[in-house]
Amino acid sequence: MATVTTPQTRVSLTGNDAAAEALRQVNPDVVPAYPITPQTELMHKFAQFHADGLVDTEMVLVESEHSAMSAAVGASAAGARVATATSSQGYALMVEICYIAAAYRLPIVMPLINRALSGPINIHCDHSDAMLARDSGWIQLWCENAQEAYDNTLQAFRIAEHPDVLTPAIVNLDGFILSHTAETVDILDDEPVKAFIGGYTPERSLLDTDHPYSIGALFLPDNYFEIRRQQAQAIEDSLPVVEAVGREFADLSGRSYGIYEDYQLDDADLIVVALGSTCGTAKVAVDELRAEGVKAGLLKPRLYRPFPGPQFIDALRGAKAVAVMDRAISYGLNGGALYHELRSFAYRQLDIPFLSYIYGLGGRDIIVDEIKTIYRALAEVLDKGLDVREARYIGVRE
Amino acid sequence: MTTDIKPHTWKTMPRGGIIPEAGNAAAYRTGAWRTYRPIWSAENCIHCLTCWILCPDASIQAERGKVKGIDYEHCKGCGICAHECPINAKVLANDKLSPEEKEKKKAITMVLEGETAASKE
Repeated sequence: MATVTTPQTRVSLTGNDAAAEALRQVNPDVVPAYPITPQTELMHKFAQFHADGLVDTEMVLVESEHSAMSAAVGASAAGARVATATSSQGYALMVEICYIAAAYRLPIVMPLINRALSGPINIHCDHSDAMLARDSGWIQLWCENAQEAYDNTLQAFRIAEHPDVLTPAIVNLDGFILSHTAETVDILDDEPVKAFIGGYTPERSLLDTDHPYSIGALFLPDNYFEIRRQQAQAIEDSLPVVEAVGREFADLSGRSYGIYEDYQLDDADLIVVALGSTCGTAKVAVDELRAEGVKAGLLKPRLYRPFPGPQFIDALRGAKAVAVMDRAISYGLNGGALYHELRSFAYRQLDIPFLSYIYGLGGRDIIVDEIKTIYRALAEVLDKGLDVREARYIGVRE
Repeated sequence: MTTDIKPHTWKTMPRGGIIPEAGNAAAYRTGAWRTYRPIWSAENCIHCLTCWILCPDASIQAERGKVKGIDYEHCKGCGICAHECPINAKVLANDKLSPEEKEKKKAITMVLEGETAASKE
């Protein structure tokens, strides 16, 4: 257990406020921003800090999210420490540039306030925007609550900027559920955060005219593949960095961070896996089931890209059945993305039933009792020896 | 080989696909792409520098306001120089000249790679 010597202040903040507070303490060089519900208040808060002279950031209010990420790429290539934030359609609008940011190895940090992709148009929480980011080459961290929104936003800079990594990072926080709900958050003092984050001195910068270079050249079939292979290595190499930064953060704050959270997994027979705030609800379900004598457990991934498949599978060893909850659909895949990814790493490792549950689309609520039915379904699969091949939906009106 | 630049492995490739040397486009021998090559005539040229201004590959060599020749390492043979040359235009419009005489009076002539202006006679 880490010894906490860093003073902290307990405050009530929404997830958006918490992420904005982290950005205030980091004091990025450039923040290009465009509003979209439910991210808007994050940048409102940051803009207020800026207006009050609490940050030195060059804040650029651009005309679209595509411009926001374009400005972020330009600024980062020029050697600035850059952050922005968005949700859903805003992410979809900027996505072409996001792939580019990752390919150019620019360590931009972006809170992504998870909101359903249209259509139909919906402003509420689901994970479809994060799923759109899956193959973009960005590191993905997930938050269960506002404390994690603050803590992960800080750590994201250290992870992204690490010389072995130099890859942009998304910090996912559930729209409205986390972004707009006030929770207790322990905030570190400015000076220790500044020391933890450190300065950002990129190896090269477009503003350094003594060492000119070009970025964004055309890469023909004879060279493109090598860039992408290199990028793949960098995101793989970020996994130990995520762990190392997590340990350093634990020493600073007293709060441990790794690549997943183990909630009663040790002797668990029935395990549910989920991303984001649903884990908070699931923990209550686990506690209630444990009180009834059911050996329930929860695997809460924190790092989603790179996908720590072998580590997740190790966490699941000993389980008798696993249900994976996905708050997004991949049409035609018969099961969510997280489900399929996890199950594929279980290949020839764990010979147990894996169930897929699609839930919570467009902000459809998921409650403790519903999650308990998932555990009961796992128990039923085991009792009856069922071979479940179809993804299930929970919470939709049949 | 179009270029003398050694191909990178994924490990040696500059991170993020940057080009770390300024102006190294010169090392790429785009002249190898040519189908037609321009032949410049020192006698007929009036050094108006129209071709030098318009060449998209900066392949008309000029020094102190006078054309010196063509950079065949980088000329792609697009023919803009010959097309825009005012001497060529004047020569082509002169109906008193035979086609052979016109060829001799042009300031830039486009010939198929492997031929010379002389071999066209």
